[in-house]
Amino acid sequence: MEAVTAHALRRRFGPVEALAGVDLAIPAGSVHGLLGPNGAGKTTLVRILTTLLRATDGTATVAGFDVRRDPDRVRAHIGLVGQHAAVDEILSGRQNLEMFGRLHHLGRARARSRAAELLSEFGLSDTGSRAVSTYSGGMRRRLDLAASLITAPPVLFLDEPTTGLDPRSRGEVWDAVRALVAGGTTVLLTTQYLEEVDRLADQVTVIDHGRVIATGTPSALKGQLGGDRIDVVVSSLASLGAAAALLARITGNTPDTDEDNRRVGVAVSDRMAALTATVRALADEGIAVEDVTLRRPTLDEVFLHLTAPDHEKVTA
Amino acid sequence: MNRLRWALADGATLTRRDLDHWARQPAQLVIGLLFPVMIVLMFGYLLGGGMTVPGGSGAAGYREFLIPGTLALTMVFGLEGTFQAIKTDVSRGVTDRFRSMPMASSAVVVGRSVADLLNAVVSLAVLVLAGLAIGWRWHSGLAAALAAFGLLLLLRFAMLWIGIYLGLVVRGEGALVAVQILVWPLGFLSNTFAAPSTMPGWLGTIAEWNPLSSTVGAARELFGNPGWGGDSWVAQHAILMAIVWPVALIAIFFPLSVARYRNLDR
Repeated sequence: MEAVTAHALRRRFGPVEALAGVDLAIPAGSVHGLLGPNGAGKTTLVRILTTLLRATDGTATVAGFDVRRDPDRVRAHIGLVGQHAAVDEILSGRQNLEMFGRLHHLGRARARSRAAELLSEFGLSDTGSRAVSTYSGGMRRRLDLAASLITAPPVLFLDEPTTGLDPRSRGEVWDAVRALVAGGTTVLLTTQYLEEVDRLADQVTVIDHGRVIATGTPSALKGQLGGDRIDVVVSSLASLGAAAALLARITGNTPDTDEDNRRVGVAVSDRMAALTATVRALADEGIAVEDVTLRRPTLDEVFLHLTAPDHEKVTA
Repeated sequence: MNRLRWALADGATLTRRDLDHWARQPAQLVIGLLFPVMIVLMFGYLLGGGMTVPGGSGAAGYREFLIPGTLALTMVFGLEGTFQAIKTDVSRGVTDRFRSMPMASSAVVVGRSVADLLNAVVSLAVLVLAGLAIGWRWHSGLAAALAAFGLLLLLRFAMLWIGIYLGLVVRGEGALVAVQILVWPLGFLSNTFAAPSTMPGWLGTIAEWNPLSSTVGAARELFGNPGWGGDSWVAQHAILMAIVWPVALIAIFFPLSVARYRNLDR
């Protein structure tokens, strides 16, 4: 069963088309990464799916309910963690969770016990009575996550949950998300960080300018770059151009050059043959090198490749 | 019926949230309550010696004139608190969280209204005690005095909806300062501290038609304090206008706020 679907979803803001026909299908119990640069339409999509914003056109369902016709039922089945920690800074962590519990129509006693459960689950029991304004960024995020999980919703939306967090806090949020997924929650995660989808997501949809430009598993997306890559680091910047020409000739692909690191890289299809040919040709032409490596592409490279204007694209 | 019950329960939860704010930040509450008292003392004793009011005599007469004006001014300044509370929730994403939850959409404004009106009642009580301490009295009986307090709260209720609307609409960090700067001339360009008949003609006319002036004039009339009345139609009908102005403002800003809240598109 699909926990989230979208068909030809569009949203205009005046002359700007923030979403230009997005399709999405997220199976229940999976983590779906929504990847794209700033302004790609990620937040607009999340706001439509969480009933905060109406689509100009198209349909979407969450937990089986239509977001336009049945917003109340959708709201009863989702949790939303937006870009800011959406909690009351003056109240304590415990008061926040009790308030949100009451607003979810838990009784007074149940709201209190649920708040205590969540505080301990998210490692906030000791600081539960302190004002949120004294919390670190990571603690706020965990409280924010806890607040969206009061009713254990089957579908959770995380809109750039780790933006602006230091690496340690980011790790804390990732651990919390993994624990949720182990419990069967469906997660839609938007992010600008490729590492994040690489670590957490089962499936990734890449969007740019309001359109889906790629979708698949993180490893399938990496495969779209033509499998492996060869990187050559030359000893002298002067021979970078010659090394690039050589790699282009051997692989038939357009290499990317990085002058700062004196590095040239290219996608290869036949990895060992290409590596052997490259090393031999470098020796024949007398190009001094510091390093030659054969490796899988990073998701960053996939992303740059997918979002680049067409004429810059590497042919796979 | 069930829906109504939840709407009331959700509103009560959010009222409670504000009371918890008071409990966690008592200093802020006390400063907020004492600020109007400071205005009374400042105008009553620093500046009041040089003021004369129609129908009043000397500095004591000015203080009688001053209290109804300060009560009404406090209601207008309450707009800043409403504005800031709403704006903070919008910019922190708390409003979005509320909107993505299966709670009554009226709860946010019901909670805000009840909490802010409670705050207004406490403010009035503190200021009335301060007024009584410096010799202000009501002279026309308790019923008329209660009617005056009712009109003051009606003005606060109108300011509430302006504050909610501005809080939902205005963006940016400097917004509170901008609202504070705009509220001051609106408060002073009235009959609060000086009689409009002592101002240049055109300025006096603007001051007389200020909604704040109508409430102040009505409160002076109902309390039996000096300085009410005047030759213009609007000053002659202060009690009527103290109802008409707030109701008109509510009729404008209530639907605007509701529409804005339902559709907080950015």
